[in-house]
Amino acid sequence: MKPPKFEYHAPRTVDEALALLGRYGGDAKVLAGGQSLMPLLNFRLARPAALVDLNRIASLAYIREHDGQIRFGAMTRQRTIEFSPVVAQRLPLLKEATRWVGHLPIRTRGTIGGSIAHADPSAEYPAVLAALEGEVVARGAKGERVIRAGDLFQTYLTTNLAPDEILTEVRLPAMPAGAGYALEEFARRHGDFAIIGIAAMVVRDGQRCKLARLATAGAGPVPVRLRAAEEILERDGLGDAAIEAAARRATELVDPDADIHASADYRRHLTGVLTKRALVRAIGVARG
Amino acid sequence: MGQVTGWIGKSVKRVEDARLLTGRGTYIDDHPPVANACHAAIVRSPLPHAKIRGYDLAAALALDGVVGAITGEDVARHTKPFSVGVTAPIHYYCAATDRARFVGEPVAVVVAKNRYVAEDAAELVQVDYEPLPIVVDPERALDAAAPILHEAVGSNLAGNRRLVYGDPDRAFREADVVVNERFSFPKYGSTPIETYGVIARWDPLDGVCTVWSNFMGPFIMHPLTARVLGLAENKLRFIVPTDIGGSFGIKSSIYPYIALIALAAMRLGVPVKWIEDRREHLLASSSGTDRVAYREVAAHKDGTILGMRFKWLDNVGGYIRSPEPGCSFRPTGNFVGPYRFQHLEVDASVVMTNKSLTGPNRGYACGHLYFETEGMIDRLADRLGLDPVEVRRRNLVQPDQFPYRTPTGGLYDSGDYPAAFDRALALAGYDELRREQAKARAAGRYVGIGLALAVDPSVSNMGYVATALDPQFRAKPEYLPKSGAVDAATIKIDPLGRVIAILGTTPQGQGHQTVVSQIVADELGLVPQDVTVVDEMDTFTRIWSISSGTYSSRFGSVGTSAVALAARKLKAKLVDYAAHLMELPVASLEFREGAVRPRSGKGPAYSIKDLAGRAHWNTESLPDGMEPALQATAVFGFTVAKAVDAEDRVNSSNTYGFIAEVMAVEVDPETAAITILRYVTVHDAGTIINPMIAEGQIYGGALHGLGGALYEELQYDDNGQLLTGTFMDYLVPTASEAPTIDIAHIVSPSPLTPLGSKGLGESSSMTVPAAIANAVSDALSPLGIRINDLPMTPTKLWTIMERAKSGAGQESGDRSRVASGAAQESGDRSRVAPISGHPRPKPA
Repeated sequence: MKPPKFEYHAPRTVDEALALLGRYGGDAKVLAGGQSLMPLLNFRLARPAALVDLNRIASLAYIREHDGQIRFGAMTRQRTIEFSPVVAQRLPLLKEATRWVGHLPIRTRGTIGGSIAHADPSAEYPAVLAALEGEVVARGAKGERVIRAGDLFQTYLTTNLAPDEILTEVRLPAMPAGAGYALEEFARRHGDFAIIGIAAMVVRDGQRCKLARLATAGAGPVPVRLRAAEEILERDGLGDAAIEAAARRATELVDPDADIHASADYRRHLTGVLTKRALVRAIGVARG
Repeated sequence: MGQVTGWIGKSVKRVEDARLLTGRGTYIDDHPPVANACHAAIVRSPLPHAKIRGYDLAAALALDGVVGAITGEDVARHTKPFSVGVTAPIHYYCAATDRARFVGEPVAVVVAKNRYVAEDAAELVQVDYEPLPIVVDPERALDAAAPILHEAVGSNLAGNRRLVYGDPDRAFREADVVVNERFSFPKYGSTPIETYGVIARWDPLDGVCTVWSNFMGPFIMHPLTARVLGLAENKLRFIVPTDIGGSFGIKSSIYPYIALIALAAMRLGVPVKWIEDRREHLLASSSGTDRVAYREVAAHKDGTILGMRFKWLDNVGGYIRSPEPGCSFRPTGNFVGPYRFQHLEVDASVVMTNKSLTGPNRGYACGHLYFETEGMIDRLADRLGLDPVEVRRRNLVQPDQFPYRTPTGGLYDSGDYPAAFDRALALAGYDELRREQAKARAAGRYVGIGLALAVDPSVSNMGYVATALDPQFRAKPEYLPKSGAVDAATIKIDPLGRVIAILGTTPQGQGHQTVVSQIVADELGLVPQDVTVVDEMDTFTRIWSISSGTYSSRFGSVGTSAVALAARKLKAKLVDYAAHLMELPVASLEFREGAVRPRSGKGPAYSIKDLAGRAHWNTESLPDGMEPALQATAVFGFTVAKAVDAEDRVNSSNTYGFIAEVMAVEVDPETAAITILRYVTVHDAGTIINPMIAEGQIYGGALHGLGGALYEELQYDDNGQLLTGTFMDYLVPTASEAPTIDIAHIVSPSPLTPLGSKGLGESSSMTVPAAIANAVSDALSPLGIRINDLPMTPTKLWTIMERAKSGAGQESGDRSRVASGAAQESGDRSRVAPISGHPRPKPA
């Protein structure tokens, strides 16, 4: 489990990094926290000519509030997010999701940009990005573009980032004050990728649902936004029957695959169970 | 018997921990015994079954930094196949020669200046394979139409023994009730943190091959390997570094790699180092067998067990590698467990398929045995409408029956099974748990209670392996019987009165240095800090015998005995010497509190320090005939370790502990997740030398058993490819999955060991699969579900539950009798549809 030979670069600025990516013409890989890329290299499943290591680009690690959004530099560590007061106050769903990401050593190295750019559909951050309708900023030789969550994820481990682009920032809209939220996940062990995870946010007005957000992890090749289930709640309110109906609808909205850890039927079933549990808990903590 | 002592029985802190926790341990990969070692990468078969038509090494050898390579051709030309434990003509070499029989089987070795280059070159080795049809299922492997792995054998059956003890046919005829079941047990390993490692140096001038490795032998594998390499035993030197990062039985199977790397060093003329990586470890190190078992129990209606029938298919993979078929026979003496029944039939088949090879794995064969037996006891209780506690109590060996001779030849040395069982029930609050269960069940919750009892064998008598051979074969004049369980220790006192104890054991984390310092301190009236323990196996310098090594929970029983005896020998010499100095009769003196003193308590005393100084500095002061220097070596061997007899009876281990467990679980009706609510484990391992270390073993064993029951499986698809080849898919329980464990001990000292101690290194690994399967079965009994197939993954369990709820559930466990020997009706297989591979695509 030694990687094949590669060149290694540790630029200090995004521009230098972009220049390097351009030089290798698509044959370089961007290294962030290394929690997925390093095993892929050691297994010789990835064989880039070069690694462009972002760890020395200090300007890519930050958490800022801007215009109703919380903006994360791509190299912000998951551990930093876990303990950020801004995240705790404005994005409690992200804080809760972070505790499901791997284990402490993994979160200490892993980054928000790396997790999202890696686009593992079983991972928690892509589900939160989808649920909260976040967006990412990609920089390339030709400049910057903003990509919405719904457009970013193409299929397993595949985004629409171009090979010469770097994901530099993740933007999540601050959650409305009093919003209820929950991340329910079922994994075989603590810290594993989700068999199924459900990220939920609910804004309530008594028994009325002003806004519902639901997205999956592990239920298909990309995070699935459960819009039709959300609509049931927004239409019928937050009573038990509506929750049941939304959970049932959720199972129809996903098309999960089977693997050695779970059959497709079981994943579909869990989508309903966890949607219900996430909603019950989210509604329980929602104010308004 | 253990004397009243100061250090034995105390949780003395491990002297090993400071160095291990500060990164100062000496593991094989830290070991710098040879300058300029080159690094090996092993080329492995990507196909589960294929003829090898040839090799092309040109591109690999042309790579800058490559020293050379060997292939199966070199292996065939320059080595012999390993001896195997059965008579079938199975040629098992250290690498594939003409045919590869499992994915990951070594086919060539590339040696280079570093591991990176070696792996680059390994990719360039071209092997011309001709794929052959494959079989991975042990039952299908015996079909007439199944592809045959070893043509010389003519089938995939490596061996079969039908063992009959007592009169099982009569027991089944006279039974009020007969219960049948089919079980399947998964293939899983131990995944020690440190993988295999081997460093080999060939010295052509003196003809010695020296091998450093994290091997837990020498055991029988040293002579086996010497023969394979064509070396005299005193020209093959095995050295084991101070620290081994875990083994749990798995590292007993490193020896084919020792032969392979030694061959590379001998052929290429350079020292060669190979450190197994995790992928190699999961693919091709070792594991327990996957087993299909058909069980029958015959009983009276009061729950008294009359007899049992076991029918086993143990899947040993592409070849049978020693000490297999221990998978079937290691527990021969304790086949009946803690129960008194006298009639047993065992039909044990060892089957070869296109899977990786097997060997000892913590609990060796006992996890399988008790999963089946304890499951059968619960089914019997259910059938008779009795509490599973009552059925077990009714059948236990009683305290006044010790030493107890089992019908299969085991000699249980000591115990009080009913007391230990009662202790476990009391600690768990069994009656209260049943009340809580009734309430929970009324509320629609699935709460269940599982019991498991086990006789915990320690110190294998290596003679058991011959149970695999027909008595007629064993009766031949040229056959040499085998028996034994031996370890040695030397204790020496330096001129200033400090002590060094030297062992040839190979601890893998068990804390031998700590435990030995406690024993010696007690025997010689010292503190443990006065005792330095040296524990590095070297077959050239240590005293050892064919059974030596650290496996089958041996140290707590046999290694500690050698240490105690050596200390006592030395003490006797000190008393003789002091008597000479004091001009008093030996009988008037005794060794007490670190000095030789008059028994009367009056008069001068000679301390160890005093005697050591005199003896070393002035040999003239020794009495006539006394050997100079203060040292003693003791070799302890169990006299109860005898060869298997003509009726296939054998005392397969030497000391036998006991385990009683109670586990309560809840199964989530929606997700099928299993939560352990309560887990109590009571052990009787005789005298406990260090309770903290014993507790650590129990924790580890329990978690290991939990792994096999819920998480771990080396799972293959129908094409013979391993599906769980990384830690992302081969799931090992972590601290987060660990339940709270309540531990208690009952102490029935062994009459066979000087300290009264027995081994407990395997401990709850052999009971947890049974306890949790019984608990989940009990929880799901409203659905008519019984667990007979491990691991209980959530998706499997959910599928069974859904099927049961929809009315298409399992038939009840009480199926019709099956005729002895006939092809048995399968029990409920609880099989789910085969599940395809992991969906994550491999990135380009």
